[in-house]
Amino acid sequence: MRRAVIAFTAFLSGLVLLLTAPAQAATADQGLRGTLTFQGQPVNGVKIVVTTESGQPVAQVTTNAQGTWQVPVEKAGRYKVTLDVATLPKNAAVRGGNNVRTPTVYEGNMSTVLFALQPKGAPGQPAEEAGGEGSFWTQAAQLAFEGLNLGLIIALAALGLSLIYGTTGLTNFAHGELVTLGAILAYAFNVGVGLHLIPAAVIAVILAGGLGYAQDRFFWGALRKRGTGTIAMMIISIGVALFLRYVFLIFFGGQNEAFAQYTAQPGIEIGPISAAPKNFVAMGIELLVLIVVGVALLRTRTGKAARAVADNPALASSSGINVDRVIRIIWTMGGAIAALAGIMLGLSQNLKYTMGQDILLLIFAGVTLGGLGTAFGALVGSLIVGLFIQLSTLWVPPELKSVGALAVLIIVLLFRPQGILGRRERIG
Amino acid sequence: MHADSTTNPVTATTERKAAALAAFKDLARDPGVPKPDPILVVDKVVRRFGGLTAVEVEHVEIQRGSITALIGPNGAGKTTFFNQLTGFDTADAGEWTFKGRPMNGVPAHKVARAGMVRTFQLTKALSRLTVMENMRLGAQQQKGESFFRALLPNLWRGQEDEITERAEDLLTRFKLAAKRDDFAGALSGGQRKLLEMARALMVQPELVMLDEPMAGVNPALTQSLLGHVKDLREQGMTVLFVEHDMDMVRDISDWVIVMAQGAVIAEGPPDTIMSDPRVIDAYLGAHHDAPLSETELQEQLHEAEAELEAEIEEETQK
Amino acid sequence: MDWVTIISTTVKAAVGVETVLYALAAIGINVHFGYTGLLNFGQAAFMAVAGYGLAVTVTVLGLPFWVGIGVGLLAAVLLAIILGIPTLRLRADYLAIVTIAAAEIIRLIFRSVAFKNVFGGSDGQRGFSDGFYALNPFPEGDYGFGWFTFNNRVTWVLFVGWILIALSCLIVYLLMKSPWGRVLKAIREDEDAVRALGKNVFSYKMQSLILGGVIGALGGFIYGLAFASVQPDIFGTETTFFAYTIVILGGAARVLGPVVGSMIFWVLLVLVNGILSGAVEAGYLPFMAPTQVGPVRFLLVGIGLILLLVYRPQGIFGDKREIAIDAR
Repeated sequence: MRRAVIAFTAFLSGLVLLLTAPAQAATADQGLRGTLTFQGQPVNGVKIVVTTESGQPVAQVTTNAQGTWQVPVEKAGRYKVTLDVATLPKNAAVRGGNNVRTPTVYEGNMSTVLFALQPKGAPGQPAEEAGGEGSFWTQAAQLAFEGLNLGLIIALAALGLSLIYGTTGLTNFAHGELVTLGAILAYAFNVGVGLHLIPAAVIAVILAGGLGYAQDRFFWGALRKRGTGTIAMMIISIGVALFLRYVFLIFFGGQNEAFAQYTAQPGIEIGPISAAPKNFVAMGIELLVLIVVGVALLRTRTGKAARAVADNPALASSSGINVDRVIRIIWTMGGAIAALAGIMLGLSQNLKYTMGQDILLLIFAGVTLGGLGTAFGALVGSLIVGLFIQLSTLWVPPELKSVGALAVLIIVLLFRPQGILGRRERIG
Repeated sequence: MHADSTTNPVTATTERKAAALAAFKDLARDPGVPKPDPILVVDKVVRRFGGLTAVEVEHVEIQRGSITALIGPNGAGKTTFFNQLTGFDTADAGEWTFKGRPMNGVPAHKVARAGMVRTFQLTKALSRLTVMENMRLGAQQQKGESFFRALLPNLWRGQEDEITERAEDLLTRFKLAAKRDDFAGALSGGQRKLLEMARALMVQPELVMLDEPMAGVNPALTQSLLGHVKDLREQGMTVLFVEHDMDMVRDISDWVIVMAQGAVIAEGPPDTIMSDPRVIDAYLGAHHDAPLSETELQEQLHEAEAELEAEIEEETQK
Repeated sequence: MDWVTIISTTVKAAVGVETVLYALAAIGINVHFGYTGLLNFGQAAFMAVAGYGLAVTVTVLGLPFWVGIGVGLLAAVLLAIILGIPTLRLRADYLAIVTIAAAEIIRLIFRSVAFKNVFGGSDGQRGFSDGFYALNPFPEGDYGFGWFTFNNRVTWVLFVGWILIALSCLIVYLLMKSPWGRVLKAIREDEDAVRALGKNVFSYKMQSLILGGVIGALGGFIYGLAFASVQPDIFGTETTFFAYTIVILGGAARVLGPVVGSMIFWVLLVLVNGILSGAVEAGYLPFMAPTQVGPVRFLLVGIGLILLLVYRPQGIFGDKREIAIDAR
């Protein structure tokens, strides 16, 4: 009897641990870590570059909402850790001015790296006041750039979600997992197989497109044939999301990872904006893909058919469009570009099994803002969401930046329930 | 099974019908002509969707105690007009009164409570409720519909029995009594139409607005439905209905209002209205059967179709 | 493998704390989704504001336990009203997205550093349950029979929890038999038809949202009191999704569906956990690490949810005919 009581309490505490686990599960056993705080607040989004003593890049990370960062390393030894001062809050500086540390990692240990932050020009530099206005705009430009980057990533994912909704009526809660899938596939080919990131990414995108096709061919398509209702399908997609998420957790683990290439890049400055070259390239790719998909929707036969199906499947079907084929193409393309979004997200942040889940609500926000089911609405909505999230950190703590975007979503729907570019429905 | 209904559906002129016809006798055939005793008066109602004006009705009156038909080619804005009047959609401009009471901006449920009840073109039977529950729902001012009183059955049971009794009478009249405990979703299309009409009567309305009551009903049932519509007038209700089938319009209506491209273009008695040149123009002048609000979609589809055809031609030429 | 422990913990899970709190959350969702057709994906937020309402009132403001319960309930009602005004006029899918977004907003605020001295950041709040355990009529010791034996604290939580479940079920039963419930069910079928019959659909949806939210809030209290703490990440979207799984498992729009659903859900989860952990420990599953047991059971929840909706959408108690009539 006593034993049962013990087992029960053990189960309960296990459950609590399990439910709170995601935060702790990320602990790697050997590496570097640290926490940045400034005036008692954690500092989010600061870039930390880790290299070996000889300068070989190991990883580049940014601090999270709790101000913490960590980099797992394979070998014990001395490492060089550089804090990118350009990414610090505008009024913060590293105490002592030295932004490089050379800590030693011991076998099986986490080594903590300290960067103490203090207000900029703390020992009496009145010139800072005059520069205040200028640095606000500099920071705004920097944040707008980052917001655009985030917005483009969201747009990639949102486009597929929106078209799938438009053509099949499915609000797909598993779309975030398609984003994660792309990142993890690329990681598998990149780090697991050892390919360079670029071919790995290409393979991942193609594979994800194939899986998107298969998902519709063998799963969603079959459900549609059975006449499954849209709400039932929505809840089924939650089941799919749970399933995929925990499959990722089992195979990928709960830790943060980075791709093998392009992790530690020195930033370059263009005007007020400073970013690693990879970010510019990533944005270029994102823009290019979005333009290609947009043009394809407007100009190609399949694209027009897709928009026709999204507008009115029955009418499209009766005018000779093969609705099933169109839907399958959309699923394939949606899966592929969601995967691309995941790879881009993994490039600018870190890879994690919940990365798609974390961005899903922002994707929904983008799609809903634009109007469910409209392809170009999703683009506009996503860019607004991305920009809003980053720019809002000018005024709100970074940890609450998503709150603003989600609140705006609710407020927009209050005044324009059909979204920005959506159409009102007819009753009766 | 058979209730001793007050009238035989196919009777010739009854007293009420005679009264209605007398009211219309000397009226001009102009759109918006004033009626001797209007129950509903509509002024300058406008509804736009983007650049498209779906409804632009200058003035129209509905005579109390009559059956008025609202006809017009597809896309004329009849259903949209219904939606404005019943509070299901907000008009961009205009005002209308029901029994002298201004009704613009009044939400749909208050419109119904005021005595103006509508049905829908696509029948809205509440599928997973039984036929009887559907009927009971129509009754107004139910004590058991308030949250706290609902928890104490004794407070509402008596009223529920009265409602049930009234519902049973109506079901018998509409020949649905045998189905009272079936799920509404299990009824045939025509039976659903009957149920929807019977349910609307549970509200005890003064004006019944039927949106295409005959659409999708098999011919065997249409006569009985027609009879029920005529019955409504015999019981002192006013009926306004949208219909496409001109035979039926001629059979049951006392007065016809014609809409085209959102506006009322003509009014008149059913036997002569179709010879009115304005009406002929409207029907023959309409380019296609598609709802106008979807022109854009049509264009897209045509484009897609044209390309598909081009492609097929290319392939066949190979 | 220690079968006795595995089976005894499994059997106990049928009446345990998780079963109770998820049953309450699921009864609330059943009111929203099962009876009214409202896709509220923010149920976790109702639990959160209740749990935090209690915790903050007692620990930060230093007010008595009962005031905390009042604040928690009030917070749930307020949340329903704030959430309902903009969203209840929206289509079902928009409603789902907005409620899930609102729940995330609340979770992010609770865990934020900016409000750490009120809500306690990601560690949450603790030390507010003394008032509840002071009311415990069970003296120190173990209670129950056979495998259903709990210490006096757990017994007290379960005692209160099951009374709350019984009360909630009774209220739902009475309401859904009444004309009020008829309006709700009719709204689920077609709200325009209900509007055309003179019912104020918005008002009924709001009442439904408040009722279901308050019942969910009771689940939030039970969580906070049983574990003597509240943490923001407990009230994430997955909690809501598990509650949905429970509703569908038991059968939507059935009074006892969520309760039985919750019992089965937790029995299965604990059983799978016990068997898998035991097997891994004993080395029967060399390819699995002990830490992978947790993910596997939630993976199974996902599969279960899919299979249920595909093959038995009416759940355990549901009526096949009712589902078949209106597949759309």
